[in-house]
Amino acid sequence: MANLLGILGGGVLDMFARIGFVTRSFARLVARLPGALRRPALISEQIHFIGNYSLLIIVVSGLFVGMVLALQGYYTLSQFGASEKLGQLVALSLLRELGPVVTALLFAGRAGTSLTAEIGLMKAGEQLTAMEMMAVNPIQRVLAPRFWAGLIAMPVLATVFSAIGVIGGYIVGVQLIGVDEGAFWSQMQANIDVRRDVLNGVLKSAVFGIAVTFTALFQGYEAKPTPEGVSRATTRTVVVASLMVLGLDFIMTALMFNK
Amino acid sequence: MHRKSIDVWVGLFVLLGAVALLFLALKAGNMSTISFSKTYAITGKFDNIGGLKPQSPVKSAGVVVGRVGAISFDDKTFQAVVRLDLEPNHQFPKDSSLKILTSGLLGEQYIGIEAGGDSNNLVEGDRITRTQSAAVLEDLINQFIYSKAADGKDADK
Amino acid sequence: MSNLVEIRDLHFSYGDRPILSNLRMDFPRGKLIAVMGGSGCGKTTVLRLIGGQLRPQQGTVSINGEIINRLDTEGVYRLRRKMGMLFQFGALFTDLTVFENVAFPLREHTELPEELIRDLVLMRLNAVGLRNAQALKPNEISGGMARRVALARAVALDPELIMYDEPFAGLDPISMGVTANLIRNLNDALGSTSILVSHDVQETFTIADYVYFMASGKIVAEGTPEDLRRSTDPYVVQFINNQPDGPVPFHYPGKSLAEDLGLGGPK
Repeated sequence: MANLLGILGGGVLDMFARIGFVTRSFARLVARLPGALRRPALISEQIHFIGNYSLLIIVVSGLFVGMVLALQGYYTLSQFGASEKLGQLVALSLLRELGPVVTALLFAGRAGTSLTAEIGLMKAGEQLTAMEMMAVNPIQRVLAPRFWAGLIAMPVLATVFSAIGVIGGYIVGVQLIGVDEGAFWSQMQANIDVRRDVLNGVLKSAVFGIAVTFTALFQGYEAKPTPEGVSRATTRTVVVASLMVLGLDFIMTALMFNK
Repeated sequence: MHRKSIDVWVGLFVLLGAVALLFLALKAGNMSTISFSKTYAITGKFDNIGGLKPQSPVKSAGVVVGRVGAISFDDKTFQAVVRLDLEPNHQFPKDSSLKILTSGLLGEQYIGIEAGGDSNNLVEGDRITRTQSAAVLEDLINQFIYSKAADGKDADK
Repeated sequence: MSNLVEIRDLHFSYGDRPILSNLRMDFPRGKLIAVMGGSGCGKTTVLRLIGGQLRPQQGTVSINGEIINRLDTEGVYRLRRKMGMLFQFGALFTDLTVFENVAFPLREHTELPEELIRDLVLMRLNAVGLRNAQALKPNEISGGMARRVALARAVALDPELIMYDEPFAGLDPISMGVTANLIRNLNDALGSTSILVSHDVQETFTIADYVYFMASGKIVAEGTPEDLRRSTDPYVVQFINNQPDGPVPFHYPGKSLAEDLGLGGPK
């Protein structure tokens, strides 16, 4: 019995130690962020790799999500005779939830895994140690620019996702199904508040950007320098980042949208 | 040069985000109707505000002229006290009246302000005394049943 | 000061495992000193301690009179700017070309204009014979060539101390000879001090001025290559003459063969 308690206690202590370690690593990264701003070329290069290269999947996904929202939404709304509210339904769903969350999940899968693999392999090939021996801080030179890039790219991607989604909803709702075009836009405009809906969505995606990018960088940096180590780290990035996004989404929604 | 072309792409990327944001703010949101001018506040007391919420619109002749600012409770008269933030370019006479109305059948509630005939206008801090509370669904149904029963009695007589 | 690096009373453990004990080493200026021994004897750990990557539990590592294991990160970085290190497999930056790899330390630590950096890089690449490979990426060149590029990168800033971690591992005989020559010539041309960690006796003995022999975290023998060839220490003899069995046993310790086969022999 005492043994079981000991094991449980040890497990709890391990968890605390882990949380402490992750927090310390985050603090170390944040400490290097201002310094990384002195080399905007590095950040810009990473925005290109992380952001531009994710655009295609974001645009295609946004279009399809918007179109499906319109299809499904019309079916339910028309049962209440409220089909002219379709624009509002599509826009609200996208701006508040689907835009930031789906973009973050796709981002974790596409950009997150590539970051983890890249950092993990650099560590395994002793590139980061070599940099340290050349008196260049690898956290500032390699990790921090990637973090800035993720933080900047995520809101951009989420906003593009929402905008394309609204357009997709318009194409299906107005052009295909035949909802009144004027009602589509005017109901939307009457019920969407820029501060509450658009900006909160941007804020959410920025927070997601921090969570996903840090998780990807951390998993890569701490990966075991073997092939299985790196592959397991990329899987962990997707799982941990996705769970964090969903959990943070719940917390932020509760904070932002309660009346 | 390699560096330069990357900068161009990144610039386009950020520009795309800004365009998307502008599109959402203007076309999907209510940015074009937000006025950042200073509002003036007047209050009105109601027996029942129904589903009225802060930020609910204040309309006159169907046009939005302001928003509900704050809602509080008066412990002495047991009435709801509603503060209205009106846009300064819309002035109303001192004897205007307030009604709580519903947009559509099951829609959101808003305050309708009907202009009176006084030559003086409302200023910051004024109180409107002529108010009509929200129609409560249960009371309407009771009224309907009562009047139906009364008709029945009359018919019997 | 005649010694660039001095190690005194050094004890280092990794967790509970003692790796190095009671270490005392001198690395005189301008000389090429080799640290040799079998796998797991702690020689790479010595390099890491000198470079400030590890901190000893006890003892001092001093470089130019400064005790590196007592300095903060700023101080360690300051000393590292005078060091160059060649890693076992090169550790080139895979996303940069050969040219950009060698230019990296110049771009990070100096304010020199691009034209000057270009000339310096090309001269370094020329010294290792790879000037015409400057536009290639690390995955387009062989392992031996990658190591030469890494060497050019390690000496880009004219360091006072150059460290080599197993520079001959996995090379063909020609490349080994080329690398050995480069290491010696660069050391003399730059007037720097070189520390070479290796287990290749033949090549190392041709270029080293002094050799430290290590086993199980201690120095078992030291001297010039000629001294060691004449040594009678059983460990040195086994190592130099490639003997399969001796102080470093062939069999993993445990039960005897007779016991395992159940023949009831000597236990």
